[in-house]
Amino acid sequence: MLYIENVHKQFDNGLLALEGIDLAIKPGEVVSLVGTSGCGKSTLLRIVAGLEFPTLGAALIDGEVITAPHPKVGLIFQEARLMPWLTVAENIQFGLKDLPRLEQQWRTEQVLQKVHLTNFAEALPRQLSGGMAQRVAIARALVTQPSMLLLDEPFSALDAFTRTQLQDHLLDIWAEDHPTLLLVTHDVEEALVLSDRIIVLRPHPGRIHRELAIELPRPRRRTSLEFQRLKEQLIGDLDLTPGLDLVKR
Amino acid sequence: MSLAIPRRRSAKQRLAIPRPLQGWLLPIALVVAWELLSRLGLVAPNLLPAPTTVLQTILTMARSGELFRHVGITLYRVVLGFGIGTLVATVLGALTGYSRTAHAYLDPLLQALRNIPSIAWVPLFILWLGIYESSKVTLIAVGVFFPVYLNLMSGIQGVDRKLVEVGKIYRLSQLQLVRRVFLPATLPAYLVGLRNGLGLGWMFVVAAELMGASQGLGYLLIDGQTTGRPAVIIASIVLFALLGKLTDSGLSAISQRLLYWQDSYGARG
Repeated sequence: MLYIENVHKQFDNGLLALEGIDLAIKPGEVVSLVGTSGCGKSTLLRIVAGLEFPTLGAALIDGEVITAPHPKVGLIFQEARLMPWLTVAENIQFGLKDLPRLEQQWRTEQVLQKVHLTNFAEALPRQLSGGMAQRVAIARALVTQPSMLLLDEPFSALDAFTRTQLQDHLLDIWAEDHPTLLLVTHDVEEALVLSDRIIVLRPHPGRIHRELAIELPRPRRRTSLEFQRLKEQLIGDLDLTPGLDLVKR
Repeated sequence: MSLAIPRRRSAKQRLAIPRPLQGWLLPIALVVAWELLSRLGLVAPNLLPAPTTVLQTILTMARSGELFRHVGITLYRVVLGFGIGTLVATVLGALTGYSRTAHAYLDPLLQALRNIPSIAWVPLFILWLGIYESSKVTLIAVGVFFPVYLNLMSGIQGVDRKLVEVGKIYRLSQLQLVRRVFLPATLPAYLVGLRNGLGLGWMFVVAAELMGASQGLGYLLIDGQTTGRPAVIIASIVLFALLGKLTDSGLSAISQRLLYWQDSYGARG
């Protein structure tokens, strides 16, 4: 269980990124944080990841306040962030160094199968396409068998085809062991395809504007009427008034 | 169409000079031209002796064993100076690159010292350390120090914050972070620093030996000048070029082996 309790975050330059965020996420739930840029969604995710700390309030995993990256939490970034000097298999084992050699190898084989990259175990990152690199990053997060996966705009740097493919892939992986997924995205469709619940944030300062439970059965058809209706509603919630940002700056 | 493509390729292949030989073409042409001009008497032999004369001089010195004594002592000075300079630069560069506090205390002084032309230290080194080996090796070490220090420090500071964050996510200790992220990520910049340092090491050994030595390739330069033997001077220059190129190629080969993972333009097939 993840609790976010009254989290405020003020940056050193005085900017208030988050104000009074309260959120509870059940084990196995898929939750998306959506919002325009500057709404603090990534900051909130980084607080849960233990990479940043709230100015006020706290985030708790299973009753423990998060003060550092948690061993049961995996993080997937917008970029693959692979070590260019390590092979695919070595990159996946990056976070496994405390385990016995054999266990490492066995687990690596398992996750390589999961992301369909068994033949690329010995490849170097420079030989991979963007989508493949991101799959390696997913495998690196999965190999530690986390109970919660945090994803920070994980597919936004990929082309549309690869993105849809990886979204489906993520759902397959989720269907196997049901880890909690907390996803940051600015892609409304992505949020609708994946989530049980969507949290809409609004900026200046970042706060929760609205929560939306998505009860469409999976797999979801992006073209269904209900899907389109929800998409329209979400876009309305995001308050994408053109030019507003420009005026403020 | 399908026939035209292989035919064009083979025509190109027949004309092509293999890549490793391309760099030899111009130097060989120049040496041949020089030899011809000398034979035709178009250059004065007391100013610019022919390549064959220079080669003869080198061979004579090799036969008497004199050559190896000079080359040996020069190599010894460079290697020792390079080793000491690199060692100190590595410790200080790692410190100022990694720790902001160390950077704040040490870097301004080192940057100030860097602006002193290293040759300016010579009188002081001779005064402190005498005219024998210590002062020469120290001068070389000072020359090697700065490029290695600067490259290592800026290399560490330039390590991708995003990769460091991955290390933090997996709860690496400071030491593990250094070993598994900083060290490999800094290696390219460090190796560039070593190559620059080695180049400067060769430069400073000449300076050190010109200022007072009884043996070494730099001494041969002076000896050739005072005894009016241009062939000896040129022989010495050629040997410097040869040794410099050889040691640099060695270091370059090591770099390429260590940096096989780099995705750079220069590394393409």
